[in-house]
Amino acid sequence: MTTGTMTQSRKAIGAVALLALAAVLPLAVTEPSQQNFLILILMGAQMGVAWNIVGGYAGQVSLGHAVFYGIGAYTSTMLLVSLGISPWIGAVAGGLVAALFALAMGWPCFRLKGHYFAMATIAVAEIMQILVTNSDLLEGAVGLTLPMDRSGWGALIFLAKLPYYYLILGLLVLTVAVAWAIERSHIGYYFRAIKDEPEAARALGVSLTRYKLIALSVSAFLTALGGSFYAQKEMFIDPGSVFATTVSIKIALIAILGGVGTLLGPVLGAVILITIEEYSRTLFGSTGSGTDMIIYAAMIILVAVFSPSGVLGLLSDLRRHIGRRLPGGTKTAKADKLEVRP
Amino acid sequence: MTADILIQVLVSGLLIGLIYALVAVGLTLIFGVMDIVNFAHGEFLMLGMYASFWAFALFAIDPIIALPMTALLLFAVGVIVYQTVIRRILKAPMLSQIFATFGLMILLRGLAQFFWKPDHRLISNSLISGNIALGPVQFGLPQFVAALGAVGVTGALWLFLHRTRLGTALEATAIDREAATLMGIDGQKMFALAWGIGAACAGLAGGLIATFFPIFPEVGSNFILIAFVVVVLGGFGSITGAFLAGIIVGLIEVLGGFLIGPEYKTAIVLSLLLIVLLVRPRGLLGKA
Repeated sequence: MTTGTMTQSRKAIGAVALLALAAVLPLAVTEPSQQNFLILILMGAQMGVAWNIVGGYAGQVSLGHAVFYGIGAYTSTMLLVSLGISPWIGAVAGGLVAALFALAMGWPCFRLKGHYFAMATIAVAEIMQILVTNSDLLEGAVGLTLPMDRSGWGALIFLAKLPYYYLILGLLVLTVAVAWAIERSHIGYYFRAIKDEPEAARALGVSLTRYKLIALSVSAFLTALGGSFYAQKEMFIDPGSVFATTVSIKIALIAILGGVGTLLGPVLGAVILITIEEYSRTLFGSTGSGTDMIIYAAMIILVAVFSPSGVLGLLSDLRRHIGRRLPGGTKTAKADKLEVRP
Repeated sequence: MTADILIQVLVSGLLIGLIYALVAVGLTLIFGVMDIVNFAHGEFLMLGMYASFWAFALFAIDPIIALPMTALLLFAVGVIVYQTVIRRILKAPMLSQIFATFGLMILLRGLAQFFWKPDHRLISNSLISGNIALGPVQFGLPQFVAALGAVGVTGALWLFLHRTRLGTALEATAIDREAATLMGIDGQKMFALAWGIGAACAGLAGGLIATFFPIFPEVGSNFILIAFVVVVLGGFGSITGAFLAGIIVGLIEVLGGFLIGPEYKTAIVLSLLLIVLLVRPRGLLGKA
């Protein structure tokens, strides 16, 4: 095992290299449909990293994150469409509304453990979808369309794909930075204590509910920003596209597939999931044939059964077996071992 | 006049509630025995519906006649699912357990979509059809038979658990696995049995409603959330509780839909879940 500082600087170099690669990638990938594919991956990664803060670090499995995604999308879009407020402000407003909603829903729901909590989050998201679908103010099932005539950086509406690419890359960097800061701070230690040893944490005077609420509201804020981005990119939202259970499932799947409780696991998860989703469509024909569902369901089951720490955990297991030393390898492997404790 | 409408609403709530109870008893049995929530339970119901559909479409076997076959088939599916997937995650972290059954849910939906297309299918002209009129109250014969079947199956399950050696062994495993093992009960066998019976109950519910409900790959999603509410309200692991809670949920759903609006009926039922979780997490008859 290398010394801590060595590993840290290696990690930092790795992160900068990865970021530089992401920044120049559109120079090589110029086809709009392929740029769109990259955008989808970054969107998935951003969702996954945001979910991971509460689902991975704090171990509180939410299967209703679509509620925050939808709140973000609807808040920024309503502000833009009806009041002409820029989504720069709208997205932050959406994040704050989502964080407040997280506090309101978390306060009662966090009295529940494990399976109960997961179930309660599904119920909250489902109720919200029904309410929005039947709300006249929010145009119900019809959905909201963004004003296409207002393009530019003020309204964050573009005809080209490239600006969206850099926008979501920036949002992903922000999200990863927040997750990284949490991971390294004392809050991160409390989160892991809550996840692994709740009774011991309580005995040491850690307020479980307070830190769970922090985890959920930070995660909700970032997820809502992702929702606002979705609205800007698609220029149309309806309850089925942002509040649906399938959105909640996807958010959680990305994180578990890549590696729960690891910083970059969800990014890997997004690459895998979005690639499967997009390519199974082109390979096996139309959507609705079910092949993409079959493939990624099979992957989830395999990951759940054989590697609770996700593909990233699987990779670092492999790495240890082979005995090769890649940047940060040993450290990641050790961190994963911690995460798999029940 | 209004009293007639009220009775009509209550009767249809009772009929659907008994079906919810049957779906939920399988779910609560599995949870009670091994502390795992089966997110794929709605898909067992979906498979039961398709079994009925194909028996009818290919071999002209009426859904009601096909019921024993549906039950056996789904029992086998439940045992296979246990042996291939669930057995391996018994000691895994909760997250893995959730995602394993979640993955199963998506897998079964995907397979149904792949082999049978996403179309809605209907069974028409089955043996049991038409309406019954009792004074001012009217209801469909298929719904009535399904509710009756649900009562029969739930009752048989209760008798099995309380009056047979095998059933008592299953109950014992649910109460204390370690102690049951010391008494010579094979825990693995009991777990497999719970999955078989649980899946068979869901499959039977599917077969019973196949005559009056559209059949499609995602039909399970309509039932799984309601089944969760029933399980929570009844108390995790309690068969009797699930039976009572099924009826209550059916009544609340239909009554709420009638008073507030049918588009809100699912939201009303799910709010009930939140209320129960907050006020009395152990449900009506659950263990403290």
